[in-house]
Amino acid sequence: MSAISVRGTRRKPGTVRRGVRRNLTAYGFLCGALICFAFFSWYPMIREVLLSFQQNNFVDAPVWVGFDNFRTVITDPTFVTAWVNTAVFTGLALLVGYVIPFFAAIVLNELRHARAYLRFVVYLPVMLPPAVAVLLFKWFYDPGAGLFNQVLDAVHLPTLAWLDSTSTALLSLVLVSTWMNLGTGTLIYLAALQSIPGELYEAAELDGAGLFKRIWHVTIPQTRLILLVMLLLQIVATMQVFIEPYLLTGGGPENATVTVAYLMYQYAFNFGDFGGGGALGLMLMIVLMVFSAVYLRVSRDTDN
Amino acid sequence: MRRSLYRRNLGLLLVTGMGLSAAACGNSEGTPEAAPSGSQAAAKVTITVGCQPPKSNPIERKEWDEDVAAFTKLHPNITIESKDAFPCINPDTFQAKLAGGTMEDVYYVYFTDAAKIIAAGQAADITPYVSTVKNYANIRPDVINVFKSGDKVYGLPRNNYSTGLVYNRALFTQAGLDPDAPPKTWAEVREAAKKIAGLGAGYVGFGEYSAGNTGGWHFAASLYGRGGEMVTPDGKKSAFNSPQGKAVLENLKTMRWTDNSMGTKQLLQWEDLMRMMGGGKLGMMIGAPDVIQQVNNDFSGKFEDYSVTALPESSVSLSGGDGYMFNPKATPEQIKAGLLWLEYKNLTPGQGQFNYARAKAGGRPVGLPFPDLYGDTPAGQEVLKLRAESSSVPLTHFSGYTDALPSTTNKLEPPKAQELYAILDTPMSAVLTRQDANIDQLLADAATKADQVLARP
Repeated sequence: MSAISVRGTRRKPGTVRRGVRRNLTAYGFLCGALICFAFFSWYPMIREVLLSFQQNNFVDAPVWVGFDNFRTVITDPTFVTAWVNTAVFTGLALLVGYVIPFFAAIVLNELRHARAYLRFVVYLPVMLPPAVAVLLFKWFYDPGAGLFNQVLDAVHLPTLAWLDSTSTALLSLVLVSTWMNLGTGTLIYLAALQSIPGELYEAAELDGAGLFKRIWHVTIPQTRLILLVMLLLQIVATMQVFIEPYLLTGGGPENATVTVAYLMYQYAFNFGDFGGGGALGLMLMIVLMVFSAVYLRVSRDTDN
Repeated sequence: MRRSLYRRNLGLLLVTGMGLSAAACGNSEGTPEAAPSGSQAAAKVTITVGCQPPKSNPIERKEWDEDVAAFTKLHPNITIESKDAFPCINPDTFQAKLAGGTMEDVYYVYFTDAAKIIAAGQAADITPYVSTVKNYANIRPDVINVFKSGDKVYGLPRNNYSTGLVYNRALFTQAGLDPDAPPKTWAEVREAAKKIAGLGAGYVGFGEYSAGNTGGWHFAASLYGRGGEMVTPDGKKSAFNSPQGKAVLENLKTMRWTDNSMGTKQLLQWEDLMRMMGGGKLGMMIGAPDVIQQVNNDFSGKFEDYSVTALPESSVSLSGGDGYMFNPKATPEQIKAGLLWLEYKNLTPGQGQFNYARAKAGGRPVGLPFPDLYGDTPAGQEVLKLRAESSSVPLTHFSGYTDALPSTTNKLEPPKAQELYAILDTPMSAVLTRQDANIDQLLADAATKADQVLARP
């Protein structure tokens, strides 16, 4: 730190200007990205924060209402249900959606034949528009003529109510979400796996390590960084689950699939209360920011 | 040379970036063109009007365009800019259009949304001008009340209908039922539903919504039909935890689990029942005549296969329909021009939407029993006469519904309708997805939640 300062004080006048001029093109590119971020990410975020403290009908000047919007949503009978559902969905998505892509990547990495074809097959669902993929599952989950129950019936297993039961609805949404996002996770893990030097596996094999020991002692430590980043990204993404309950269950049955993001939508667009929706959005953002900060801190401490 | 290249590149980038940003921001066109102050009758005024039929509906679009041309010939100082969208109103974009200044001066609404829009101050008060509309005084009080708050008026109806029972005539025949003698009681609905469901796998006797707030909406329709109330007269407490509310849920639970006549797939939302009806596997559903129109237009059904009759055991109906309201930023001149247009297009017998001869000549079905804007007034009689003269669909298919109309009272939606409907989705979905659903408990829980919502300012 001090070395940098000393170097900085020794800079000749005009050095900074020359540096800026040298990197002008880079700053130009950065400028485009910054403008896009400013308009499509930061400005909406700031507006959302403002909205959460306002009563706004988008016609008259907004009225500042302090924490009234927060009080409204916190006393909403569905508020706790939505947070519990979101937490359970995130937990289930981690159990199912975090582990499966990792092992799919290991299997793909081990294969000697048809790798390109299988990579394509695994990635294919990502190329489907999410709404199409979700609606496809709506038919699969049909308790009567749906694919899943027909398969269960064919192998003489009891059929399930899937989306129509409070006990299976949330898990059914997790399965859709996992299927839709499997390809991206698998490809990222696959790239990480392919960067592991083969010598490490050879050495492990010479030491008599079997498949699981090789995964435990070589693969996981070598991909640790990616695993940690993906864990963070997945939790942040799954906490914001919306499209699955919106298209598949409408929050039912009996509010079993109402998530925070779905409740936010209800407030803003069905109840016409953008303040309430904004308050929920801000709460979710704060929770995710705190979680991310704590997570990064803990993982940095662990590294040290 | 190198430096100048850098500068040029940077300049290009900045210009592109600014261009993109400008495109992202959109423009603020659609802001009403301000009429000159102190404008006279002939002062030029431009209004944007929503819900022009989309290009995918060429017949009605052509009729709209013809009406615009004829209207502007009558009123050369008024320019109408038609805006098409399908659907005409979308809750996801409504607020954004208002915030972005792109909301039409004369915008389309469903009855369901009118009270919410008025309460939010998102519609202009048209009371000072509305009495100039011909036939305004003839509009049924229960219909115009949708657009009123106290003594003030905020919009005009285009369409209205009462809730009834929509059924598939072909399936009735197939199940050995008489399609000209539809069920008149809920016990008869149960029997008919059992017979239709008995036709085989995939056949559903009676379908009902239970998700996305549509379950609560139909609960309210059924409750009203049975003489129940959603809220107390002062609107401060819920009133649906009543014998009528219980009867609604008991009936559904029995049909779903004892009769097994409601199919296995539940959590149905608005489009699902339409699709099932159009697909020819659904026997009956609660709905208005507009359901038949939509099933025919958008879900591959055929007019002749469907009928609508009165809601069983009912003399009260949840009010349904659509109309137009005015952008609060519209000038008085724009409001006056908009009212003239609505009068021409939607409210004059023989003209616009009531030009049944033109509709028939264009191949559109004529004879569906709506709208009923004027009741038994001379204007109403004239509309009925014109419709009968040009009818192209069998009127007997709707006689059960039309016979009941004079004795049916339309009832407005409750305050905080969407919030209450969201709460009532829970008991609706519970009785349709859980055999052991405790109706008393479900209604009590829903009432507690509803009371909390209604207690909010």
